[in-house]
Amino acid sequence: MLLRQTWAEFVKLWRVPAFSATSLLLPIVFYAFIGIGQASQKLQGTNVTFGAYFLGSMAVYSVANVMVFSFGISVANERGMKTDLLMRATPLPPIVYLLAKCITAIAFAALTLVVLFPFAYIAGAVRLEADQWFTLAYRVLLGSIPFIGLGFAVGYLSGPNSAVAVINLIYLPMAFASGLFFPKQLLPEIVQQISPYLPLYRFGQLGWDAVGAPTSENVTTNWLYLVGYGVAFFAIAAWAYRREEGRKFS
Amino acid sequence: MAPAAELVEATKRYGAVEALKGVSLRIELGEVVAMLGPNGAGKTTSISLLLGLRKPTSGKASLFGLDPNDLDARSRVGVMLQESGVPNMLKVREIVELFRGYYPSPMPRDRAIAMAGLEEKAGALVKDLSGGQRQRLYFALAVCGNPDVLFLDEPTVGMDVEGRRSFIDRIKEFAQLGRTVVLTTHYLEEADQLAKRVIVIDRGVVIADAPPAVIKSKVAGKRVRFVAPDLHEKNLDGLPVTAVTIKDGRVQLLTNEPESVLRDLFLRGVEISDLEVSGADLEDAFIALTSH
Repeated sequence: MLLRQTWAEFVKLWRVPAFSATSLLLPIVFYAFIGIGQASQKLQGTNVTFGAYFLGSMAVYSVANVMVFSFGISVANERGMKTDLLMRATPLPPIVYLLAKCITAIAFAALTLVVLFPFAYIAGAVRLEADQWFTLAYRVLLGSIPFIGLGFAVGYLSGPNSAVAVINLIYLPMAFASGLFFPKQLLPEIVQQISPYLPLYRFGQLGWDAVGAPTSENVTTNWLYLVGYGVAFFAIAAWAYRREEGRKFS
Repeated sequence: MAPAAELVEATKRYGAVEALKGVSLRIELGEVVAMLGPNGAGKTTSISLLLGLRKPTSGKASLFGLDPNDLDARSRVGVMLQESGVPNMLKVREIVELFRGYYPSPMPRDRAIAMAGLEEKAGALVKDLSGGQRQRLYFALAVCGNPDVLFLDEPTVGMDVEGRRSFIDRIKEFAQLGRTVVLTTHYLEEADQLAKRVIVIDRGVVIADAPPAVIKSKVAGKRVRFVAPDLHEKNLDGLPVTAVTIKDGRVQLLTNEPESVLRDLFLRGVEISDLEVSGADLEDAFIALTSH
């Protein structure tokens, strides 16, 4: 049942080019524009190339992007079309429905890495140790889980037509402010003050650390921040879900 | 044995609106029942309570003697709801296959698609279906689990006459398997064609529960209007009319036998002008039913 539901969720997302093409291709487009030009330059005082550093950035960006968008948009859409009402009347346990969405999002996120990693290897001449590639992959997939909560919360709090706009308004500025596109040092002073408190910044640090780039905080602290954000996002999502339940199904 | 579906003294309040005011009804396995009533009468609310989509404010709702939210109860029920969409980016055959998987002993996929008359559209994406085809897809999804009870909330809404007729045949075909069907409708003739029992709901209460023939005999089929300044109520004594309104010499009658009413009026020497005879709509039918 879970397998079939997951497959259906995956097909549903895959067939929306606005989602599948942008989440698979946008990271490598960004990588091509920003990363390749100076890919072989070493970061100041290290042996790590900018190409590797920016691979860390884009891995984090693309994976969190999938989580936030796939959840936000599919949940908001289904609420808009009242699919949730029909699903409630079927014997499908809600937990299976939810798990299928999670597995689909993680599978899709893994797929973006399958596109991004070879691109960085070839076009950005990024050479990492085998265990570094592996660490980067598992860290970004694991670290993306809090963003499922964020996507879910947005999906339940915004309407079907506004979900995309709301997510773009939250996600894109946050990605910039977290230094995923340009190093934090180039950002305005005030933004630099804020960025350490952003979930994507903490997530980004895990990615940069995985490719060997220097980071300001240690790995454990970053994980703890992400766990904290995860708890907060899922709490908001659960609250929004209950609120809707109370309205629609009582 | 527990009834297929049951409401006991169920009330439902949405804020200040009392949508159901103490409805009791019991639907046995194998029955084909139509719930008839105008918009806002409480039909959809009744179905929502039976399906566990809403909780009664007071009273009780059950399916097969179980809580309607029990997964065992739900796996014996198929549902077609008003305006509840399905994912656009799946193909008809994919989504039927998916829904089949939710039920313990579903019918073969192609049979469900054939029952809904969607064979030619089996490979089409849901988003490319027309309104009527979408409605048939919802029917396929409702029957694919091989349910003991089928709930259809206004299944023919928005269909043209031809579409409605063929759709009713499909529902009949399913009912002939010996299954229970509960549908809501605006149309008395639809209830008449399908159901052996009609439950009439108006303003949150059941006002009639009888075979369609009985309901029909109570409900006026025609509306007769004319102008007759000299007419008195007593001129109508003994005529087969179900409701009368007279205002400023304008007369409106509801009757099943307009010809004999008019003949008697002429025989009684009533002067009539601006005569108009038309089919009574549901509003008129309710006036007739509630005035009894």
